[in-house]
Amino acid sequence: MRKHLALLAVFLLLPLALAWADQTFYISLASRILIYALAATSLNLVLGYGGMISFGHAAFVGTGAYVASILFVEGVTSAWIAWPAALAAAALAALLIGAVSLRTRGAYFIMITLAFAQMMFYLLNSMKMYGGDEGLTLPRRPDLGVDLGNEVAFYYVVLFFLALTLYLLYRLTNSRFGRVIVAIRENEQRAQALGFPVYRYRLACFVIAGAAGGLAGALLAAHGKYVSPNVLHWTQSGTLMIMVILGGVGRLWGGVLGAVALLGLEHLIADYPVGWLEALAPNYQQHADLAVGLVLLAVVLFAPHGIAGLFPGAKRARA
Amino acid sequence: MLELKGLSKHFGGVIATRDVTLNVARGEVHALIGPNGAGKTTLIGQVAGTIRSDSGQVLFEGVDITALAPHQRVRRGLARSFQITSIFGRLPLLENLALAVQARSGSSFSFWKPVAAERELFRQAEEVAADLGLSGRLHFTSSSLAHGEQRALEVGLALATKPKLVLLDEPMAGLGAEESRRMVELIERVSGRVTVLLVEHDMDAVFRLADRISVLVNGRIVASGAPQEIRANEEVRKAYLGDELAA
Amino acid sequence: MSWVLIAEQALNGLQFGLMLFLLAAGLTLVFGIMDMINLAHGSLYMLGAFIAASLVQATGSFVLGVLLAVPATALAGMVLETLLLRHLYQRDHLSQVLATFALILILNEAVRLIWGSDAPLPMPASLSGPVELLPGLFYPAYRLLIILVGLAVAIFLYLLISRTKVGMLVRAGASNREMALAMGVNIRLLFTLVFGVGAALCAVAGALLAPLLAVQVGMGENILILAFVVIVIGGIGSVRGALVGALVVGAVDTIGRAFLPIAFGAFLPPQVASAAGPAIASVAVYLLMAVVLFFRPQGLFPARG
Repeated sequence: MRKHLALLAVFLLLPLALAWADQTFYISLASRILIYALAATSLNLVLGYGGMISFGHAAFVGTGAYVASILFVEGVTSAWIAWPAALAAAALAALLIGAVSLRTRGAYFIMITLAFAQMMFYLLNSMKMYGGDEGLTLPRRPDLGVDLGNEVAFYYVVLFFLALTLYLLYRLTNSRFGRVIVAIRENEQRAQALGFPVYRYRLACFVIAGAAGGLAGALLAAHGKYVSPNVLHWTQSGTLMIMVILGGVGRLWGGVLGAVALLGLEHLIADYPVGWLEALAPNYQQHADLAVGLVLLAVVLFAPHGIAGLFPGAKRARA
Repeated sequence: MLELKGLSKHFGGVIATRDVTLNVARGEVHALIGPNGAGKTTLIGQVAGTIRSDSGQVLFEGVDITALAPHQRVRRGLARSFQITSIFGRLPLLENLALAVQARSGSSFSFWKPVAAERELFRQAEEVAADLGLSGRLHFTSSSLAHGEQRALEVGLALATKPKLVLLDEPMAGLGAEESRRMVELIERVSGRVTVLLVEHDMDAVFRLADRISVLVNGRIVASGAPQEIRANEEVRKAYLGDELAA
Repeated sequence: MSWVLIAEQALNGLQFGLMLFLLAAGLTLVFGIMDMINLAHGSLYMLGAFIAASLVQATGSFVLGVLLAVPATALAGMVLETLLLRHLYQRDHLSQVLATFALILILNEAVRLIWGSDAPLPMPASLSGPVELLPGLFYPAYRLLIILVGLAVAIFLYLLISRTKVGMLVRAGASNREMALAMGVNIRLLFTLVFGVGAALCAVAGALLAPLLAVQVGMGENILILAFVVIVIGGIGSVRGALVGALVVGAVDTIGRAFLPIAFGAFLPPQVASAAGPAIASVAVYLLMAVVLFFRPQGLFPARG
């Protein structure tokens, strides 16, 4: 517990530290990282704990983002309404997609989730009234009581949701439900033979994760005041998966660590040119993806438990 | 208690079980024997619901359960152990059993309360472990247990759901002499409170435990009755028992 | 709505479907035999197109450029398999997904570094005119070429797989890997060859489609999804399934895009039709996939029973 609180304290104090060091423009970046941390954590539930390789999680993030944005342009500017609506919509999407997808196994499941997300991408792309492929721009952030236009305030709101989600995830994974989900992941045949209706549990897990993803989407749309179908592109699902594996599948802070690592890495490459690297390969900064790809490959081949797995005695979902 | 009527199953061109009709009476230990490839595991799968039969019926306590999903059959009191050990390898032994106990005690759609606080679950799990003779191994990771202990756990998982009838698929597979003896004693102990349909190759165990024996050859039941009858049956001896008894 | 229009769209559907088949065939074989999810398959398609673009420019001949690109890409594919992909066969699906996803990123950037974001591969002048197939029915010569090549490759694959010893081994491997191993097949070599053939097929599709679709970084990703839809519908591991699936997907997608908006317009108010038509058309294949999987979660012709 102490470790959890220590990490939380770091995030709590970050804006204050940044303000003190006169680097306040980084607070917005930090918010973005935390939002992705939330999205990655939601995927971690279904992928890490549940063992379901869902390659279409971006669909739920995107659903949340679009529902929140569409509500805004239609006049509903209150986050009190828009954000729960986004969550509910994402949960519904997860219910529908999960109901069909979870009837399949293994590789089929991976591909069908991928295809469904892509389907939603094309669908939104063709919806010209809500921006089509150009996306939807919002004039300002929604109303929440606190002025979300203030970057520090927005940061703490996002942090609140992230902390809340992590706490709920903690309770969930230690509850009866969580134990069954892990059991199903470990040995589906045995779990079924004990009398657990496997499909139902997986679907519930899928929906919960989708809902949390939707919340992240709503926050994402609010943060950038912009949403486009690219949020749902399957490569975005891939990015979320990269975060989860980088951070550590099935570990509580996996999503957070992964988001920080990946986005941090991308940012470092883009904003901080390294002299000798520049000389060796001019324009290397535009090829950040190459570094990401290589790091990911290395992690998959050599450190399959991700960053969190490198910490000795880290609490694992397994035992 | 368990009635199989005309169960058949084929995979592509291969007929695994053919018009199998069988009765298991309440409280008995009914052994199912037969050469390798005879279709025994397929039949167990058909009874447990993991394999969908092409034709025939499965009646449990008079109720037709043929259309029920596996987990629904377990809920009705029909449990099974697997021929190839199927446990939660990365979890400790105690947690394996606790999951089985959890399965039969109330709903697991509970998202908030930590399982660790449910002392009763773990107490019952410890009881089962004691029954299995595995009290000294509670916190060992299951995959690190000896083969014999894993087979015991395999059976234990089926028993921990407090079933009315348990399907044991070659519980003695791969066990040495001492471990086999212990497994036989375990089955003897539980046969008092649970009906058993036992698939086995180990003839000593079969003749010691079984109240009745059915013989499955090429997917068909060729004989069924008291152990002495089966032992004396010429056809069975020729088709199957000959080498086993001589050995 | 003339029959000429219908015939044209049908031919377009056939053309698209055959190219999808080329991609799907390699993908489904790798999947069925090596049990490996290879997201980088689309990257081989991209690589084939880029290599063809360079070779066409270097040799000045479209035919020569395309012909040489095929073995070149096959070689690249086999190198990739030997150096990297073969280490993934034993790993779980998640690792394969992530590793090959990483490969997509790496290959996209590598191509960008070598060629830039796109490369020109114009349609050969001799084939840019129309051909009169039937009185009144004109069809672009180039697309006709694609159809002919696609059919030829399909027939060749069929013969290869169902009539030759190698093909038999491939089929055996797809339906039961352990058995194939037990029969003493040199699995490593077989895998490398299968991969090479898959890469070659990608190159054919990539090079042929290039004049129509443009050669650019990232072109693999979009078509990869469709290839997945194809093999999911057709059944993993089955080349026959890939063919059926590809033709169906090609037809549904092409004809759907062409006629659904019109069909919708016939009985829905214009605003709804103009919005709903293209929207539904773009997702028609995915809906089809969902329907197929609902009734047959393993596709139409799963290689393993």
